[in-house]
Amino acid sequence: MSRSFIFSGHFGRWCTSFLLIGFLFAAPISSQAEEIVVYSSRIEQLIKPLFDAFTKETGITVKFTTDKEGALLTRLLAEGKRTPADVLITVDAGNLWEAARNRLLKPVTSPVLEANIPENLRDPQGQWFGLTVRARTIVYNTQKVKPEELSTYADLADPKWKHRLCLRTSKKVYNQSLVAMMIAELGEAETERIVKGWVNNLATDPIADDSLALEFVAAGRCDVTLVNTYYYGRLMRENPTLPLAIFWPNQATTGVHVNVSGASVTRYSKHETAAVRLLEFLSSEQAQKLFVELNMEYPANPQVKYGEPLSNWGSFKGDPRSIVKAGELQSDAVRLMDRAGYR
Amino acid sequence: MKNNFSSVNPAAIPDVQQHSSYEAGSGIRRAWRVFPFLVAGVVLVPVCVVFASFLSPDDEIWQHLISTTLPNLLTNTLWLSLGVIAGTSLLGVSLAWFTSVYRFPGYRFFSWALFLPLAIPAYVIAFVALGMFDYTGPVQTSLRHWFNSDLLWFPDIRSGPGVAIIMTLAFYPYVYLLSRDAFLTQGKRLLEVAQSLGFTRRQGFFRVVLPMARPWIVAGIMLALMETLADFGTVSIFNYDTFTTAIYKTWFGMFSLSTASQLASLLILIVLVIIVTEQRFRLRMRFSENRKSARVERIPLTGWQAMAVTSFAGTVLFFAFVLPVVQLSIWAMDALTIGLDQRYLEFAWHSVLLSVLAALITCLVAAMLAYAARLHSDGYTRFAIRLSTVGYALPGAVLAVGIFIPMAWLDNLLSDWIEVISGVETGLLIQGTLTVMLVAYMTRFLAVSYFPLESALQRVTRSIDEAAAGFGITGWSMLRTIYFPMLKRSLFTAATLVFVDVMKEMPITLMTRPFDWDTLAVRIFSLTSEGQWEQAALPALTLILAGLIPIILLVRHSET
Repeated sequence: MSRSFIFSGHFGRWCTSFLLIGFLFAAPISSQAEEIVVYSSRIEQLIKPLFDAFTKETGITVKFTTDKEGALLTRLLAEGKRTPADVLITVDAGNLWEAARNRLLKPVTSPVLEANIPENLRDPQGQWFGLTVRARTIVYNTQKVKPEELSTYADLADPKWKHRLCLRTSKKVYNQSLVAMMIAELGEAETERIVKGWVNNLATDPIADDSLALEFVAAGRCDVTLVNTYYYGRLMRENPTLPLAIFWPNQATTGVHVNVSGASVTRYSKHETAAVRLLEFLSSEQAQKLFVELNMEYPANPQVKYGEPLSNWGSFKGDPRSIVKAGELQSDAVRLMDRAGYR
Repeated sequence: MKNNFSSVNPAAIPDVQQHSSYEAGSGIRRAWRVFPFLVAGVVLVPVCVVFASFLSPDDEIWQHLISTTLPNLLTNTLWLSLGVIAGTSLLGVSLAWFTSVYRFPGYRFFSWALFLPLAIPAYVIAFVALGMFDYTGPVQTSLRHWFNSDLLWFPDIRSGPGVAIIMTLAFYPYVYLLSRDAFLTQGKRLLEVAQSLGFTRRQGFFRVVLPMARPWIVAGIMLALMETLADFGTVSIFNYDTFTTAIYKTWFGMFSLSTASQLASLLILIVLVIIVTEQRFRLRMRFSENRKSARVERIPLTGWQAMAVTSFAGTVLFFAFVLPVVQLSIWAMDALTIGLDQRYLEFAWHSVLLSVLAALITCLVAAMLAYAARLHSDGYTRFAIRLSTVGYALPGAVLAVGIFIPMAWLDNLLSDWIEVISGVETGLLIQGTLTVMLVAYMTRFLAVSYFPLESALQRVTRSIDEAAAGFGITGWSMLRTIYFPMLKRSLFTAATLVFVDVMKEMPITLMTRPFDWDTLAVRIFSLTSEGQWEQAALPALTLILAGLIPIILLVRHSET
C-alpha cells in the first residue's frame, strides 16, 4: 500500500490522470444547429416525455439540466452572453418574473403562442409564457365540513375555523403567490388581517408539503387546507376512499388562485428559432394533453379539453388577473407573512 | 507516566525543521510554507464571493428580518446547535467507549454496526421519522385507535427537540468514529494507568481518558455542528425555522441573493469564532501518544449493566439505521417498477466515481495541509488552514453559487482570450467538467478530511520527527516511512467521511454537473422536490448501500 502512495514519486502521474479524467467530461465545444439547451426547474419526470415528443416531431434534440430556480437564475446571470441555455422552464410565475427583471429573457413574438396562451397567463412583453395552470384551492374533510360552510380564502380567517385549519409553510412559493394576489386585490392591511386570522385558526404548526397537509385533513387533525389540485389528485389516485373533497373558493369574486409553470427563451439564446418552436410545441394540444397526463395540472391552453380525473372535480372560475402581479408582489407577500407570524 | 502524555507549551518544543532543512532544501521548505495559503486561497474564493454581498446591502430587508423573524430563528438555531452538540457527544462518546473497552452481548456487532447510520442522509432519517411518528403516521394512528382518543398530548415530532433528536441520530457517527479512533489506540491503557494511580474506573474515564481524547471528540463534534448549521433538508421537512431556512427564504422568496449571502457570511463568522476559540483552548495542551496500543483484554460487563449497554446500543442503531432502511425497502418494493430503468446503474456509477475521486483529492490536500501546519506552526499558517475548512458550515446552495460565479467568470475570461488570439468563439469550456465538480467538493469537504488527520498527526510526537531527522530520513521519504504508516487509519477514516458526504451532497452536484450526467443524489432531489418520497426510496437505498461499502472496509481496517 505504502509503495503506491501519492507522495512517492508518482505524484506527476496522478495529476495527469486527474486532469485527463476531468477533460473526458468536458462539455462539447460547439453545438449543432439542431440542438437546444434547456434549464429546467420542472423535474425530469415531468418534462422529459415532452422533450422526447418534441424531438420526435421536429428532429430537434433537447439537452437539459434540472435544478432549483434560484440556482438556475444565478447560473444564467453568471454565464452571461455565453450561456449554453436557450430555454428556461420554471414552475411558478414569480421566478419567471424575477428572470425577466434581471433581463435574462428574450421577448418573443409568436402568433401561435399568443393564440394558445391566454393573456393573463403570459408576460405582456412576451418574455415568458405559462404552460400549465396550477390551481390552489380548498380541500375539506367530508365528514366534518359541509361545502355550504365554505366560501372564500379570506373566510378561512373567520373564528369559526378556530383549530380547524391546516396550512403548508409560507416558505413555499405557492402560498407566497396566493398572498401576493390577495394583496393586489385587498391591499396590505386587509390581507395581513386575513393571514393573521389564518394563523390563529391553525390546528397545528404549518406543514412542510401539500401531500402531508392533505393527509392531516384526512386523518382528522384539521378540517380544511389549501393545496394545489394535483396533490389532491395524486393522493386520491392512491387512496380513493379518503374523506376528502375539493371546494372552489372565490367563485363570486376573483376566482380560484392560479399559478403557472412556464417557459421562456433566454436573452442570449443562440438558437432562437428552435427555442421558440419548443415553446410553441409545448403550448400545442398534443403537449398540453401530455402535461395533464403527467402531473394532473390544468392545461394553460383553453382549447384543450381534459378528461378524468380533472373533469370529476368540476369546472371552476380561475383568477383572470395577470399573474405578473404575483411576481411583483411576492417579496411583499413574504414580508407580510413574516409579520403575521405565518411560518 | 509523564512521558506518555505531557502538556507542554508548543514554544518549548525544539524546532524540528532546523534539522530536516539540511537535506530537504529550502525550496521544498518554502513550498510547504506557501501551500496552506494556496489552498486557503482556492477555498476562500467562494467564501469571498459570499462576503462580497456586503457591497450591495439592502437595509430594508435587514430591518424587516430584525423586526420579525431573526430573533426567533437565532434562538432556534442556538438551541438546535446545543441540542445536537449534547446529543452527539453523549451518544458518540459513550457508544465509542463501550464498544472499544467493554465486553457485552453483541459488542463485536455493535462496534461496526454503529458506523452504519453515516451512510444515511439526515433528510432521509427525518422523512422516515416524520412518516412514522407524526399525527398521520402508524404509531399515533394505532395509539389513537387503542385509546380511542384524540391523543393531542402526544409530543409533536415537528418541534425543536424533534429536529435535535433526528440530527443527533444522523450526526452522532462523526463523534463515534473519531472518539473510537482515540479510545482504541489509547483508551484501555490510559484507564489502567489511571487505575494504577489510584483512580476508580469512573474517575479514570473522566479525568484521564476523556481529556486525552479531547482533540478527536471535539473534531467529531465540530463536524456534527457544522452539518447542523448548514442543514436545509431536515429543517425544511420539519418546517423548523433556522438561520439556513432564513437564507433560503430571502433568496428564493424575496429574490435577494445578496441578503441571503450576508446571512450566510454571518454563519461563517460564527463558525470561525467557534473554531478559533476551540483552537485557543487546545493550544494550551499538547497531546503526544506514540506507542502502538497493545492488544488489551476487554473489561467484561455482566448482569443489568450488560443488558443496559446492549439495549442502549440497540436502540440507537434501530432508530438511526434499521427503521429508515426497512421503511425505504418497503417503499422501494412498491416503486420498483417505476424507478428502475437502465440508467440506474449509470447514476450509481457516477455517484461512486465522483465520491472516490473527491475523497482521494480532498484527503491528499488535507494531509498536505496537516503536514504543512506541522512544519510551520505560526499563527498565519494556522489561520489560513482554519479558513480553508469553513466551507463545510455553509449551506450547500450558497456555497454552490459562490463556486459557480467565479468559475463562470474565469470561463468567460478564458473564452475572451481565445477569441482575441484565434478569432474562434469557443463557448464556455470549463463548466460542466469533472474538474470543477472536484474542486467544488474539495472546497466543501476539506474540513471533513482535515479534522481527523489533524487529530491523528498530534499522535506523532516531535521526538519521532527528531529521531527520523537524526537518521537522515527527511522530506518525502519521512512522510512515506514514518507518517503514512502512523496515519493510515485516519487517512482511511477521512476518505470514508468524504466519500459518504459526496454521495449525499445535492446542491453543488446539481449546479456543476455536466448535461445528462445525473447521480443518485440528483435523482433523489428530483423525486423528492415534488414530494414523491416513496419513489425516491430506491435511489436512496442504493445510495445508502454504496455508502456502506467504504464504511465496512473502514471497520474491517480498524478492527484488525
